[in-house]
Amino acid sequence: MSAPLLRLESVTMAFGGLKAVADLDLEVRSGELVGLIGPNGAGKTTVFNVITGVYTPTAGRILLEGRPIQGLKPHAIARHGITRTFQNIRLFSTRCCRDNVCIASHQHTRASLLDTLLRSHRFETDEREMQARASELLDLLGLAPWEDTIASELPYGQQRRLEIARALAGKPKLLLLDEPAAGLNPQESDQLMHLIEDLGPRFGLTILLIEHDMRVVMGICRRIAVLDYGIKIAEGNPAEIRSNPHVIEAYLGEEIPADLGAGG
Amino acid sequence: MSEFLQQLVNGVTWGSVYALIALGYTMVYGILRLINFAHGDVYMLGAFFALFAARWLGAARDPNPALALAVLTLAMAGCGAVGFVIERFAYKPVRRSSRLAALITAIGVSLLLENGGILLFGADPKFFPQIVPPRNIALGGGVTISNQQILILVVSLGLMLGLRFIVLYTRVGKAMRAVSHNHTAAALMGISVDRIISFTFVLGSMLAAAAGVLVALQNPKIEPLMGIMPGLKAFVAAVLGGIGNIPGAVLGGLVMGIAEVMVVGYLSPTYRDAIAFVLLIVILLVRPAGILGKATAEKV
Amino acid sequence: MKQIGWLIAVLAVLIVADVAMRRVLSPYQLQVVVLCGINIILAVSLNLINGFTGQFSIGHAGFMALGAYGSAMFSLHIGARWVAKLQALGLPEPIAAALPLLMALLLGGMLAALAGYLVGLPSLRLRGDYLAIVTLGFGEIIRVLILNIDVIGGARGLPGIPGWANVFWVGVGVAAVLALSRNLAHSTHGRALFAIRDDEVAAEALGVDTTSYKVLAFVIGAFFAGVAGGLFAHFLSYLNPNSFTFIKSIEVIAMVVLGGMGSISGSVLAAILLTLLPELLRPVKEYRMVLYSLMLIVLMITRPQGLLGTREISLAWLRRRATPKAA
Repeated sequence: MSAPLLRLESVTMAFGGLKAVADLDLEVRSGELVGLIGPNGAGKTTVFNVITGVYTPTAGRILLEGRPIQGLKPHAIARHGITRTFQNIRLFSTRCCRDNVCIASHQHTRASLLDTLLRSHRFETDEREMQARASELLDLLGLAPWEDTIASELPYGQQRRLEIARALAGKPKLLLLDEPAAGLNPQESDQLMHLIEDLGPRFGLTILLIEHDMRVVMGICRRIAVLDYGIKIAEGNPAEIRSNPHVIEAYLGEEIPADLGAGG
Repeated sequence: MSEFLQQLVNGVTWGSVYALIALGYTMVYGILRLINFAHGDVYMLGAFFALFAARWLGAARDPNPALALAVLTLAMAGCGAVGFVIERFAYKPVRRSSRLAALITAIGVSLLLENGGILLFGADPKFFPQIVPPRNIALGGGVTISNQQILILVVSLGLMLGLRFIVLYTRVGKAMRAVSHNHTAAALMGISVDRIISFTFVLGSMLAAAAGVLVALQNPKIEPLMGIMPGLKAFVAAVLGGIGNIPGAVLGGLVMGIAEVMVVGYLSPTYRDAIAFVLLIVILLVRPAGILGKATAEKV
Repeated sequence: MKQIGWLIAVLAVLIVADVAMRRVLSPYQLQVVVLCGINIILAVSLNLINGFTGQFSIGHAGFMALGAYGSAMFSLHIGARWVAKLQALGLPEPIAAALPLLMALLLGGMLAALAGYLVGLPSLRLRGDYLAIVTLGFGEIIRVLILNIDVIGGARGLPGIPGWANVFWVGVGVAAVLALSRNLAHSTHGRALFAIRDDEVAAEALGVDTTSYKVLAFVIGAFFAGVAGGLFAHFLSYLNPNSFTFIKSIEVIAMVVLGGMGSISGSVLAAILLTLLPELLRPVKEYRMVLYSLMLIVLMITRPQGLLGTREISLAWLRRRATPKAA
């Protein structure tokens, strides 16, 4: 049993008197595809924000490969190997797709500022590699035809994929996907589902996924953790989660997702 | 001790003026997130409108409170109209644009008012007529106060209380508060956001005009660039108290006024304008939200 | 190496331009050309801060002033002596002054860059409007400081600065700022700046150290503003704090906004336009500022992206314009 890639120990995130995340313990092992679900406002995105350093947790520790990372700035955490996508798309709207992806490779650049300004040989090689890799990733995500298109002009589904391509360019160990299927129709969701499933083994990635689309979650996640009002109320494989009374109760009052009780 | 009290009296008087102007800045920022660079120039226009009104009404020939009040009212009305026009024709079109675009527009309006003023009124200072003949009243303990200073304090207080009443106890005030929280939600509640924004501008401009008139009573030399420094200082006052926060503007104004008078009195007059910048840098580095302000975080 | 070839070509062109213009143009026209060049440097350097990185900086005149006075003091007290010695050895003045002027400009630039660093630091905590106000305050503080320091002339101004700057040197400055800006824009570091402008949170989450880059933008922008100031000082031979007021900052902002924030070629075009315009409006001088402010307002209302938006005039773009579209 290897040590977990990511471990949250008693993590609490309070805003004034409100505990968005309360005393959360979570482990993600290397190579896993873990889902994080819960009703709206359960604190899922807050968990992502705490992991990636947007917030510093009020209490608790976050360990990446055994090393504490809570309190580090987001760009430092990215350099340690955690990248993410956002619930509300945050693309670099004035840049083309390739540039969007290249920016994520920035942390791996070997060319210094001086190299850049003087256009040294190291800069040229670096730049070519970055652009080539970006094209590869865009191709993998089916975005090759839009390589030179300005990000804001992309159709919605493609924008979501671009966010994923961008996050991949950072060569992460852990990829956090925040509702990647939001707003997609069933066919697009299906395609995305298979794509995400493929990413882990192909890049040696670990993935933590927030999703509302139960078909996607139940379909590809081996393990699922359920949050409600900032507290983890259940954890287990899809079958266990589907039949867990606490989970069903948490979704009560909201329309119970049709897939929750169905097989899959 | 008596000197300190005297400085305090002067400081509170000046502070009230800054507070009046600061209220306009803070209301507009609260509702539009826009720094209305042109606000200080509306203060200047208040003084000039009052000048013309006084000449037209002959208020200096036979000074009496009714005429003085008429002058004040006309100046406030005139500036209210100016505020309305500025908002409608310059700021409304850029409401959807970037913040930098709005900032630059505001700078443009300010420059327009200043240089337009130079063109129309001439760059040389004009004398504001004595519509309220000055008199000094001894308060005891070596402290004196002029009737103009009393007027500043009374009128400022009255206007501030009036504003407070409007904001807290009327439907319009409630609408203003709603719009300052969230335009879309307010619109969905049936509030005409455009009209409320116009109203806010008119109110703020009227207060600035009053400030201009009150200052002109005390310092009768007025010129088209007189609004730059007080405008800047009042803005600092608004930031000091917490921009967007109405009681904060009053508090900030008083702090600004007292600090300035104390620095001039006890240090040196050359640092008069510098104290504003020092206060600004200090508050922005130490507590950008201001004394009474709340820091708002961006949702990620 | 390709680089050296370009460098020699550019220097040769500038030398020719300098000699030719001095023959052909009147002193007044020469002054306008030089001022165009200085304004180009100012506009492009401000564009790095406002346009590339999206930071609100409205105190650029302060950086220019630091560069102007800093380089002037160096030349007056140290540089002039070097040149005198070199001239005594037989070198003609333009050659003798080359190195001292370069040193003066670099020192002025570095002084301004230091200030840029200090002003950029608050950008750690401040966004948008607040940062704008701090930069405005900085510009004013510099001006008030200059007014009150007698050793650099104070309100009376600083006369007698050696007039070593000419079309050649201004051209070198322009070439330097254009080359560096262009190289920066088409690089990973430039992309980092654009990313910060478009979405700072996302940039940070993807590994961009946003604070360092924002400060970097200020430092580089301020450096070139300082160089522009130095050229200004060594051309006019006289400095007065009134040249570095808030109005000057606004003029530079107007150039960047008119050209299009983020567009280097836009800044160049706008700088030239807005330098020539006041000269053309000389007959109606009193209306100049009124027209100026009206232009700013109308521009923001009708076309806030300026003339070129974020696009650049490049060879590819010109080629596309030149070939007629297929029927």
